[in-house]
Amino acid sequence: MKVWARGGALLAAASAAVLVAACGSSGGGGTASSGSGSGSGTSGLTAPQANTAVPTSVGKGEGQLNLIAWEGYAQPQWVKPFEQSTGCQVSAKYAGSSSEMVSLMANGGGGQYDMVSASGDADLRLIYSGDVKPININLVPQWKNFHPFLQNPPFNTIGGKHYGVSYEFGPNVLLYSKKAFPSAPTSWSVLYNKKYAGEVTVPNNPIQIADAALYLSKTQPGLGIGDPYELTQPQFNATVNLLKQQKPLIKKYWDLASQEISLFQSGTTVVGAAWPYQTNTLVAAGAKVGDTIPAQGATGWADTWMLATKAPHPNCAYKWMQWATTPKVQAQQAVFFGETPANKLACPIMDQLSKGACAAYHANAPEAYFQTLKFWKTPLAQCGNGKNDCVPFQQWVTAWTQITG
Amino acid sequence: MTATVVREDQTVSGGARVSAALWRRAWLRATLTLSPPLAWFLVIYLASLLVMLVTAFWSVNPFTNSLVHSWTLANFQQIFTPTYLTIIARTVIMAAVVTVTDAVLALPFAYFMARVATPRGRQALFIAVLLPLWASYLARVYAWIVILQKGGTLSWTLSKLGLGTVNIGYTNIAMWIVFSYIWLPFMIVPIYGALERIPDSLLEASGDLGARNWRTLRSVVLPLALPGVVAGSIFTFSLTLGDFITPILVGGANSSFIGNVIYSNIGTAGNLPFAAALAVVPIVIMIFYLTGARAAGAFEAM
Repeated sequence: MKVWARGGALLAAASAAVLVAACGSSGGGGTASSGSGSGSGTSGLTAPQANTAVPTSVGKGEGQLNLIAWEGYAQPQWVKPFEQSTGCQVSAKYAGSSSEMVSLMANGGGGQYDMVSASGDADLRLIYSGDVKPININLVPQWKNFHPFLQNPPFNTIGGKHYGVSYEFGPNVLLYSKKAFPSAPTSWSVLYNKKYAGEVTVPNNPIQIADAALYLSKTQPGLGIGDPYELTQPQFNATVNLLKQQKPLIKKYWDLASQEISLFQSGTTVVGAAWPYQTNTLVAAGAKVGDTIPAQGATGWADTWMLATKAPHPNCAYKWMQWATTPKVQAQQAVFFGETPANKLACPIMDQLSKGACAAYHANAPEAYFQTLKFWKTPLAQCGNGKNDCVPFQQWVTAWTQITG
Repeated sequence: MTATVVREDQTVSGGARVSAALWRRAWLRATLTLSPPLAWFLVIYLASLLVMLVTAFWSVNPFTNSLVHSWTLANFQQIFTPTYLTIIARTVIMAAVVTVTDAVLALPFAYFMARVATPRGRQALFIAVLLPLWASYLARVYAWIVILQKGGTLSWTLSKLGLGTVNIGYTNIAMWIVFSYIWLPFMIVPIYGALERIPDSLLEASGDLGARNWRTLRSVVLPLALPGVVAGSIFTFSLTLGDFITPILVGGANSSFIGNVIYSNIGTAGNLPFAAALAVVPIVIMIFYLTGARAAGAFEAM
């Protein structure tokens, strides 16, 4: 828990590899040749596995389950009881980023992996490249207890087909020092305000462009930004411009949650974009900070357990979906990782595990609160309007390097 | 009993025959001794570099992240855009500044160790120089974060001394300090080696010919120490050039290194070909550097 890094299994990589030049070499063969099909991959979008038949019942377990997961998503507290009750031995491969997950899942999981705990920014890439297949949601009984917005979210449910089951989520909040802000800021504009030059920190992640786009969608309606993940070139350019203007104000683009915690603890920064995890850790350590979701709303991430097209152990996979969505596991996961469970019934168990955890992570918030969240999804060339004039994810990455480099 | 003896005899003579054959054919001996490490070097090291080089000419499907095996120079063209040239320049300048800093710090230190300190004192200094290398790289970098950050040890000490406060955490100055600290032992040891090898007779001869201390230092000691400095600079320069952890941990908003862009292209973007193309840059820089170092006679001091 000390070093909690969604952005990268950085420290592991760091201690292992000091010779950077050699780094790029070894992965070459691993991801090769998965029959990449159409050139850009985004034209004429259809999910290749859309018509794959789904099982109507869960059979006997195969004795094994191979997961690709975020670090902290396969903890013994809930994996051990699962193994004992189902006989499915879990082996988890931890991925450091969404793209690593997509690479590992190439060719339908390669007949090796069964499931992946993909975040919203990877989901559509997995679905449209045919690496994951639809599931029968009726075989996951706890699904009906989910927050409604996570039952059929656009990032994992397409045309009524469920490509996996939602798991946990969290918002990207505005974290502020109570010394600098006696009352909570009501707008993301503080992140772009010269008054706080050198005292601002934001995540080092290309998807951060969506945060700026969300802000512009409310403050510059003339740009016509609707969905912050579907940006036309002019909208994208305006957003990148805003982020370039923001750069002189930035003290540090943080890579690890622990970095932002120490930035606020020492008073180096007074305002920044964060996850609730940082706020709660800082408050627990006695720092005078708070977080808020400003008037413009916020972005957020939501993870989904998805089923590999070539999953070798589908019965164990279904058993895992059933197990991972039970209120107890949902609560354990939420408290361990610092996030919010999809299952509404997890709230009282969260409070048992850690007093006040349910409210701290907004697990019992009204539906209106969740409607203010724009969840991560893969930016595609194909916009929601059926045109192909949006800026795809890889250009987001290039632009992000130009902004932060 | 006799049977056993006979068998032993046979074994010995078999072994003797092999060793005799090896003794007669030097080429066979060399081949057998060298081929395992040579195979290791060729397969693991050169082959992986080759694979990387080839990858640099491919591209990646932006959507599925799978490699597209068609030849393109786009990755190398992209390197020559202002964004990446700035990052490369920043990395090279930092590596050069750190190298100069370490050379300036290490020269008097190594001189003291090699020519002034008693054998006992020399031993103690050696341990003092190498001791930090036993601690984890990360632990040492984190220690510097605590020292340099706002309200950290450095700022606190200065304010107690009435010298005001500093706030240099998460800047390129912080990176410069941390890099210079971390790689200093790699500069001290080769310079020490070079200085230790200077025969006393040379210094005495210089004195006999009327040179004062300063003149001896400038005309005898420094030229003979130079190969050691260049050898040390190979370490400090290449280690800084390839680093990506210190920029992440102590760097600020303008601190991306070549290594960081490579890392984010492998990790976040999944763009292996561009990462491979970018990884060629430090290799090319080091080839130039090593060619220069060889001309300066650095390899004799290593």
